[in-house]
Amino acid sequence: MNGGQDLGGAHGFGPVLPESNEPVFHSRWEERAFAVTVALGMLGRWNIDMSRYYRENRAPVEYLSSTYYELWLKGVERLAADRGLISEHELKSGKASSSRDPALQAPDAARARKLLADMRGAKLDVPVAALFAPGEQVRVKNLHPTTHTRMPRYCRGKTGAIAADHGVFVFPDTHAMGLGQKPQHCYSVRFTAQELWGAPRRDAVYIDLWDDYLEKL
Amino acid sequence: MSHDHGHAHDYDEEMGFRVAALERLLTEKGLVDPAALDELIDTYQHRVGPRNGARVVAKAWTDAAFKEWLLRDATAAIASFGFAGRQGEHMVALENTAAVHNMVVCTLCSCYPWPVLGLPPVWYKSAPYRSRAVSDPRGVLREFGVQLSGDIEVRVWDSTAEVRYLVVPRRPQGTETWNEEKLAGIVTRDAMIGVADVRLEQAK
Repeated sequence: MNGGQDLGGAHGFGPVLPESNEPVFHSRWEERAFAVTVALGMLGRWNIDMSRYYRENRAPVEYLSSTYYELWLKGVERLAADRGLISEHELKSGKASSSRDPALQAPDAARARKLLADMRGAKLDVPVAALFAPGEQVRVKNLHPTTHTRMPRYCRGKTGAIAADHGVFVFPDTHAMGLGQKPQHCYSVRFTAQELWGAPRRDAVYIDLWDDYLEKL
Repeated sequence: MSHDHGHAHDYDEEMGFRVAALERLLTEKGLVDPAALDELIDTYQHRVGPRNGARVVAKAWTDAAFKEWLLRDATAAIASFGFAGRQGEHMVALENTAAVHNMVVCTLCSCYPWPVLGLPPVWYKSAPYRSRAVSDPRGVLREFGVQLSGDIEVRVWDSTAEVRYLVVPRRPQGTETWNEEKLAGIVTRDAMIGVADVRLEQAK
């Protein structure tokens, strides 16, 4: 979606303002919002791409005026209701009025620690042929899906070169919408600053892009 | 400022009630265990952070075979320290040299290598950094105090997939006799994101 989250190349946000001796969390509610989100995700009722979609799928003015963990909280509240962990009434009232699916068991501290260390990522061990090879010139398709995508607007229609093939990965556009993993190759694609911004600098941006985003020149 | 402070207080209070209500409901239903929440918070507050990444960089600076492994298969090389898991399942290490300066961003959200750097700072997740890192990296670097000559190539890595990037900064001159532990003490989080150089005056 062409939403408030897709910020590459936008203007008007001012300077970057680092905070010295920044704490990991700025208040207790941020700690709890973070932990509730991660712990609830461990129940397996949704995936990371759905989580991202639920944070970004809102009017850009709301996205940009919400704090980071506020977006996490809004996302996880809706996910919990939409994916059947809690009812709309429970979300509104804050009171449990139904029992949980007995198949679901909240991880305890030891189990949560074990799941955090889990190395099952988004890379898939399935034989899918790569559509492009390192060194090959490619163009990013000029697509504007209204649903989740990881193809930033600033590279659409631009030409780059395949710098590396990361292997076969889950495709976030379908995964986020509950439409399956659609395994395909994901590449690091190199774009020059000249191509992206018309800037005659000796600089480049590397973007990770999937087969479905790319076309041959 | 007291006005702003009052607003921030009201906001934190409101968000606090909202999170507490959700946590209470989920706990009552047996969907979360508060002790597990404490464990998750403690992990990133006290155990997993940029000291992990600093140890990886210091080893790469002192052990050529390890550096070769790190640049070839960062996931395995980093896992040899026991640094693994969530948001670090597919790691790539990027070496800064006299000719190339690497910096990392996530323009679409906040992707960041948790096992080696912990959770990202606010500025990394903020609109100013996410918007300008890709289009004006030299301007952003200047704001962090890094001046690069025009003949150095800046490579910006936009973390749009599940691959996570760790920058191996340049080892400062004058540290030739230092051991790994002392070197790890001068490697900063910002240097491993690629928005700072490692400087000797950071040594304790």
